[in-house]
Amino acid sequence: MSTTVVSMENVSKAYKDVMALDGVSLRLEQDKIYGLLGRNGAGKTTLMSVLTAQGFASSGEFSVFGEQPHENEKVLSRICFIRESQKYPDDFKPFHAFKAAAIFYKDWDNALALQLAKDFQLPMKRRIKKLSRGQLSAVGVIIGLASRAELTFFDEPYLGLDAVARQLFYDSLLADYSEFPRTIVLSSHLIDEVANLLEHVIVIDKGKIIVDDDAENLRGSAFSVAGPAARVESFAAARAVLHREGIGALLSLTVEGVLSQAERREAAELGLEVGPVSLQQLVIKKTLDAGIAGVPDGAREETAKAARKSSRMGASQ
Amino acid sequence: MIDDSKPIFVQIAELIENNIVEGVLAEEAQVPSTNEFAAFHRINPATAAKGVNRLVDDGILYKKRGIGMFVATGAREILMSRRREVFYEQFLQPLAREARKLGIDGVQLAAMLAREQMLAREPELAPHEPARGSTAQLKEGAL
Repeated sequence: MSTTVVSMENVSKAYKDVMALDGVSLRLEQDKIYGLLGRNGAGKTTLMSVLTAQGFASSGEFSVFGEQPHENEKVLSRICFIRESQKYPDDFKPFHAFKAAAIFYKDWDNALALQLAKDFQLPMKRRIKKLSRGQLSAVGVIIGLASRAELTFFDEPYLGLDAVARQLFYDSLLADYSEFPRTIVLSSHLIDEVANLLEHVIVIDKGKIIVDDDAENLRGSAFSVAGPAARVESFAAARAVLHREGIGALLSLTVEGVLSQAERREAAELGLEVGPVSLQQLVIKKTLDAGIAGVPDGAREETAKAARKSSRMGASQ
Repeated sequence: MIDDSKPIFVQIAELIENNIVEGVLAEEAQVPSTNEFAAFHRINPATAAKGVNRLVDDGILYKKRGIGMFVATGAREILMSRRREVFYEQFLQPLAREARKLGIDGVQLAAMLAREQMLAREPELAPHEPARGSTAQLKEGAL
């Protein structure tokens, strides 16, 4: 049904002794908003650099719009990559950057760029070098949106933006995407802020993809259950535990799976508190306990043991 | 508003259902577009569409080509009877459970219910319409 925009097959990238990407395979489909989530140094920027031909992979196969992007003007003109700290020529002012983008991107919307510059209160005639961190981010956000590239990467585009400006970015992104659907990859640490915007979520940890699923499947794919330790344990006995935290005789578990009405009632009868797990909590817990997430059903005993161990080692929210 | 308790498309579907049950959205009235839902709730448009389409599959909404989504005739009755079916499980059981916990017996519970219903019927005793706040907010916001 959907067209593949990006496909990667077992792509690795090594920096000296670090595997920044370790056997990454994934597929990005046309006109979806992807969240690329993970900790600092997990490999998010490396992944985007490889796909946008700003870095080379050490091994593996990948294609963008069905072709190799390196030195390929046909592919690159359809991609926009907003780096977290984009460098501009020394004497560039925002309007220079916009003019350059207008030449490069065939679908550039200058009216949108000017409107956004006004919304973000960006001083158009000040040298970019002299802009604040937030204003520099705004330049990137505006170029990313106004380029209307078929495949747009935003690498933590919000640095230095205050809460109002970030909301403005999210709202502008949604509004423009609704009108001009395209493939967008949003790398972010602020998972709670972007969670509802995403159609698909990719979580990368230590160079490996640990989650690759629709946001709606992830939402409600886990729940938390808290209460007296013994009762919580017996309630969750047959389930895969993602994370555990305890204080005194109380225990709180993050458990994979969905609860039926009957199970909810059972939990209520037992006096246990059942709660939802946000995407951000899910990612944190999966990343903290990576290595034990994705353990097959048969190995739940081990999962629980490993989780206890990792929780003893001081894993916290 | 949207929270983490269940998939967003389910919440969007329930929101529209609520509006229909409460009469905010009349039968044969036009429903906001998926992009309007997306912008208002700050959610992915594909997710909003999934919620709306679920109601189309259920026969609650129907599509007029090139115009938009509309509430089907009979939708309200379908939703009401569906809700009556789950009323016991969703509302009465938790209520009874909490009452037991607090030592409120059946007679006291019945008296409370009678008092509540009287307040709801006598406007001068209950200056605010009960449980309508969220509806009014939606009426202005969602459309």
